[in-house]
Amino acid sequence: MTFKIPRFLTKKSILVIILFVVVITILYIMQSADLKVSSLIMISLDAMVPLGLVAIGEVVNERAGTTNIGLEGIMLLCSFVAVLGAQNAGNWAVGILAGIVTGAAIGLIHGLISIYAKGDQIISGMGINLFAAGFVAYGIWTVWDTPGSHLLSTGLGMPRISTPWGGLSWFVPLTIVLALVVHFIFYKTRWGVWIRAAGESPGAVDASGINVFRLRLLACIFGAILAALAGAFMSLDWVHMTTNSLPAGRGFIALACVVFSGLRPISALGAAIIFGFFGGLSKWMMAVPQVVAAIPPGVDNFVNMIPYIVTLIAVAVVVSRRRFPKSVGRPYRREEI
Amino acid sequence: MSSLGERFSELAKPVTRSLFAIVIGLVIGALFLVIRGYDPLIGFYYLFRGAFFTEIGLASTLSYTTTLLLVGITFGLGMRAGLFNIGAEGQFMMGAMAAVFAGSFSLPPGLGLLVGIIFSMLAGALWALPVAILKIKKGVHEVVSTIMLNWIAFYLCLYLVLGPLFSSGISSTSIQIPSSSRFPLLFGTLSSAIFIAILFAIIVYFIMWHTRLGCKIRAVGFDQESARYMGIKPGRAMMIGFIIGGLAAGLAGGALIMGVPPSYAVSTNLENIIGYGFAGIAVALIGRNHPLGMIFSAMFFGGLWSGKRDMQIFTGIPVEIVDVVIGIIVICAALPELLDIIKKKVKRGTGST
Repeated sequence: MTFKIPRFLTKKSILVIILFVVVITILYIMQSADLKVSSLIMISLDAMVPLGLVAIGEVVNERAGTTNIGLEGIMLLCSFVAVLGAQNAGNWAVGILAGIVTGAAIGLIHGLISIYAKGDQIISGMGINLFAAGFVAYGIWTVWDTPGSHLLSTGLGMPRISTPWGGLSWFVPLTIVLALVVHFIFYKTRWGVWIRAAGESPGAVDASGINVFRLRLLACIFGAILAALAGAFMSLDWVHMTTNSLPAGRGFIALACVVFSGLRPISALGAAIIFGFFGGLSKWMMAVPQVVAAIPPGVDNFVNMIPYIVTLIAVAVVVSRRRFPKSVGRPYRREEI
Repeated sequence: MSSLGERFSELAKPVTRSLFAIVIGLVIGALFLVIRGYDPLIGFYYLFRGAFFTEIGLASTLSYTTTLLLVGITFGLGMRAGLFNIGAEGQFMMGAMAAVFAGSFSLPPGLGLLVGIIFSMLAGALWALPVAILKIKKGVHEVVSTIMLNWIAFYLCLYLVLGPLFSSGISSTSIQIPSSSRFPLLFGTLSSAIFIAILFAIIVYFIMWHTRLGCKIRAVGFDQESARYMGIKPGRAMMIGFIIGGLAAGLAGGALIMGVPPSYAVSTNLENIIGYGFAGIAVALIGRNHPLGMIFSAMFFGGLWSGKRDMQIFTGIPVEIVDVVIGIIVICAALPELLDIIKKKVKRGTGST
């Protein structure tokens, strides 16, 4: 008789278990050191939202067969537009709406370039990132005459759900519900079958009389709108300001979540929770006086590195040769059926 | 054998495509200026006058060309090898820091410059190495790993510039490169580092188009599966693509710190070493990922970067508009057939009416 390794012990599940053990240990140490554990969890939930929203949107987008690495840029652009809209109208809801419209417009442009005109999706996405970086810097400078950042006026931030541990963003339940809804659509409805088939074999979908191009375009716009929501959340609900580099790589960490999830919406949410925890951890460490006092000068930069290092290690350990949809990233041409 | 005329028309198409992307970028940029109430024509006049028609401006343009050409090679060479290497930003920072580190030893004149160049190139390559290994061994897409390493480099440099490499002098910068280890100046702010950059471009051109190794790298970039059938190892070609790219970006960082007056040091907020890496993407795309084409496109973008200060001084237009233009140019470059599509649409329109 030989000892059989249980099937669930894949490299990835081991990593997930290790990460959870690390999380629990950190929480336990904090509890015994009389630090506020609840504040860390609240910050982690905030940090989870942008990753989760972007990752769920990109899962839909990639399932339908298009990639968009410009989500970071869409977040940045929409975080700025949301503040601009909220300031001008004196109402946060207008800001969110302005962000969504902007995000949809950028998604439309990216979709037209990569789906209808068959351009290079990666270059187009990177162009969106560069454009957003330039445009937001230009916008902050010309609208508010300040370089680099603008604080949201008090009272314009989104209201939060009050809990015993502090305010909880409405975006937290929204993100979780969105993951469940997308999961339901994917596996229980006709639309889900079409979307998943559009990435696997667009020719078959086309032959069954469904417009693949329009389906992919809609998925692309959906992904961009979720990225826009993530940006609006960051500026209006979380940090209450707009800066030149507000997402700070979160759009790309979300791409890592997408790889990690194997294009399943609920796994993407799980990845966002894990990565969000480490993002929240580094933010929390810089905010709690006892911790700041304990950190020697200069070492704070290494604390800021935590989310990026964890992401790098996670994508390195997980073998990402998981099968992705066959046609993802390849524009569909009718002749290729 | 192709005649001169054929070769010329072969060259004309990519050049018109690049020019078209530039024109669209400038037109949409102008639109954003009009929205905020600026006059784009006067703005562009001062932009290009400041870039190419004053002595100080021209020196600064060519100085930017040095940097942008090298980071352009990082991205362009990657594209030729089928890689989307956007890690030049981090590799550039590490190169700049390595040059400062080398400058902190007191080495004899000449040797100091050489050691600085070697250190910065090695630091850039070192920062590209994990990306290559992850890509080849694990199939990790380089977009994610390079961006993560860019941010790690950013915070690492922030630590270094405020910590071990901080200068205790009056200025709040990193340690300054000693005057004996700097690149000699040609005129204005232009240092002789430009010759090294152009030499690097020519060497890369020679490797890519006149050696067997370059042929293999391009074959992998063109069609990885076919290259594998031909007996080429894609992993090796990718590794070389990343490493040469890292050497170029690191050299760019070193050449900036050791060559561009007046500071010869990294500022404590890293302001003077940020943003170059990403500009390389536009340089490479407009230069059609060809080292010799990139010399011209680096001069164009160098001109934009150098002229933007004059533009702001004389017209009040914020310098950031240049980054907006660069972004739009890159989006246009995603669609090289844009001009053909428009032509076809126009033809169809006139034909039917």
